[in-house]
Amino acid sequence: MSGGVDSAVAAARAAEAGYDVTGVHLALSRNPQTYRSGARGCCTLEDARDARRAADVIGIPFYVWDMADRFHADVVDDFVAEYAAGRTPNPCLRCNEKIKFAAVLDRALALGFDAVVTGHHARLGADGLLRRSVDLGKDQSYVLAVLTREQLAHSIFPLGDSTKAQVREEAARRDLAVAEKPDSHDICFIADGDTRGFLHSRLGGTPGDIVDATTGEVVGTHEGAYAYTVGQRRGLDLRRPAADGKPRYVLSITPVTNTVTVGPAEALEVDRVHGERPVWTAGEVPSSEIDCEVQLRAHGEPVRAGVRVDSDRLVAELHRPVRGIAAGQAVVAYRPDPAGDIVLGSATITTAERAGAPA
Amino acid sequence: MAYLDHAATTPMLPEALDAYAATARELGNASSLHAPGRHARRRVEESRERIAAALGARPSEVIFTSGGTESDNLAVKGIFWARRAAEPARTRIIASAVEHHAVLDSVEWLAREEGARVTWLPVDGLGRMEVDALRASLDEYGDEVAFATAMWANNEVGTVQPVAELAQICAAHGVPLHTDAIQAVSQVPVDFAGSGAAALTVTGHKLGGPIGVGALVLGRDIECTPLLHGGGQERDVRSGTLDVPGIVAFATAVEIAVKGRAEYAARVGEIRDALIAGVRQAVPDAILNGDPVDRLPGNAHFSFPGCEGDALLLLLDAQGIACSTGSACSAGVAQPSHVLLAMGADDDRARSSLRFTLGHTSTLAEVDAVVAALPAAVERARRAGAVRAARV
Ligand SMILES: Cc1ncc(COP(=O)(O)O)c(C=O)c1O
Repeated sequence: MSGGVDSAVAAARAAEAGYDVTGVHLALSRNPQTYRSGARGCCTLEDARDARRAADVIGIPFYVWDMADRFHADVVDDFVAEYAAGRTPNPCLRCNEKIKFAAVLDRALALGFDAVVTGHHARLGADGLLRRSVDLGKDQSYVLAVLTREQLAHSIFPLGDSTKAQVREEAARRDLAVAEKPDSHDICFIADGDTRGFLHSRLGGTPGDIVDATTGEVVGTHEGAYAYTVGQRRGLDLRRPAADGKPRYVLSITPVTNTVTVGPAEALEVDRVHGERPVWTAGEVPSSEIDCEVQLRAHGEPVRAGVRVDSDRLVAELHRPVRGIAAGQAVVAYRPDPAGDIVLGSATITTAERAGAPA
Repeated sequence: MAYLDHAATTPMLPEALDAYAATARELGNASSLHAPGRHARRRVEESRERIAAALGARPSEVIFTSGGTESDNLAVKGIFWARRAAEPARTRIIASAVEHHAVLDSVEWLAREEGARVTWLPVDGLGRMEVDALRASLDEYGDEVAFATAMWANNEVGTVQPVAELAQICAAHGVPLHTDAIQAVSQVPVDFAGSGAAALTVTGHKLGGPIGVGALVLGRDIECTPLLHGGGQERDVRSGTLDVPGIVAFATAVEIAVKGRAEYAARVGEIRDALIAGVRQAVPDAILNGDPVDRLPGNAHFSFPGCEGDALLLLLDAQGIACSTGSACSAGVAQPSHVLLAMGADDDRARSSLRFTLGHTSTLAEVDAVVAALPAAVERARRAGAVRAARV
């Protein structure tokens, strides 16, 4: 129970469904004051209080579990290391993989509980398949797609059939004070939302070149390649306009040489994506290419693709090119379904390229 | 429900509750000069006398406060400031390493904000303060010590301290001793004058009185700078309109607790001994922490190797058993107990501890409930502990 409206309503529904529910708030910061100090996020004392209040109103026991060391090692340090390696990680996904459905679930199972209930917006039915929420705008199946069948077998997502608006209404009806609490949007361990500043404080600044891919010329300098994300246009601060007069985007980041490579928008287009460490959420490892949809970033548009396994890696052949695919994000495969698109599996993007003829 | 957390708070005695309700119906501010004021004043002064009599103090030495935390803060900061004002060289505090946070954090605050220097008085493996260490530090620093503070009995592991001996050593060096006797009053004999202490903390809700009222018993000749300024109601050391019903109920509880102490200690001690025997039988490798002999009759404190205290607490709570890990929380996250660490326990043993404390409503049936629930809880907590150990 983060202290937000979703987990509060999820807990209330689980309790009402007859489960013997215990509320758990995760202490993720080693020093609660140093993280976020506003009303949102996952780590403040105020959030812990909100979560406790909700548990009291629902009438369930409530405990704070200290996961700060694990969270630091598996999520925060990983986040920094991924950026340092030129990739763009998704810390929420990592937190689900390593903390909520691993450290927390393991502890809960050992203590005699059967499952972890969360307020994620995704559907998980009796068939054991993970599906998108009915509220496509709030759907969180993307950040859950790292979960294995085994993890899903011990997970309950009571909110998947409701819209966020319905959840808020229900919270108000249940006298949960968090009904009107604003959604948290950014990364919970970055207090002010300033990811660049956070990375700078962790990684320091190492000036390097910004190189134009089309000419090979140095067109600017930067204070640390990690601060850039593939597809980024703003904040490049190039010394001179490109020869072709077109705007420049970040195409790639090369940590070894501390180089940021830029180029025109077309050069961002890719139609083949490679992913490592695939997880086949829906069960079977595909034996041949499957025709499905893939989502390549949180809140990204799904794209039709053929997905296959190639020596322990996932390869997605996109039916149309897309722009700005960053290594470190997840490629999630979905099978469209009237009862909610089904998550087939996911992998961490390593590379993406233009395989077909340029559009 | 089995309630084994009387050291956190114990139910009000019926007599105290009745006294509270009766007095709360009466009108009057004890500082007012008119008839209702005089009536309230009389209630307060009678209460002061009853408490003084029960604790071996003079009525004028009893300063009412809002409870133990305030009394400890007042003693630590107030005596420090007053002593330093009188003799600027006296900026050192001698404090035992096992004090409650109300004392500990006040001392640390003075060190951080007021330039106090601190000598922490060590304890042995049973949690007993080392008398020789006090002697040695007074020999070394005697001239610069403002005051010393050493609790009468420890709230976590229940060890009763040699307070009179400590006070005698302090007195020989002209150093006042404050003692937090919150857990001691009602469980062991406490006599302020006889102890030789300069100041003593007591609170209502640990002995059958209400929460939010307590006292600092402050020797007549001990200077203490106030924390709260205002009407100067309590000897000019403490200001604030007095909580008349709270004070009357507090005095009622103190009187009953002290009068019935011997009988209480025998009865509760017997139940506690049954609990210790039962726990040892149920979990043979459980370790009893604290002094097995000089111990509060209501306290049983164990480490359960391989378990986390938090996990046990959760599992027992789910079985309707209320107990405590005994240690303070920061943002709800259990910290390893500073008391156990001071006793030389390692981090794991400190985190694996659970405190059961008994009181005037305790029964053998509650002991049976704990002993019955414990083996399964310990087994599960061990599994959870193993998961954690494997992953970190
Ligand atoms: C030894 C000791 N000192 C101080 C306190 C604080 O007293 P109070 O709760 O009245 O503020 C307690 C109890 O919580 C205690 O056990």
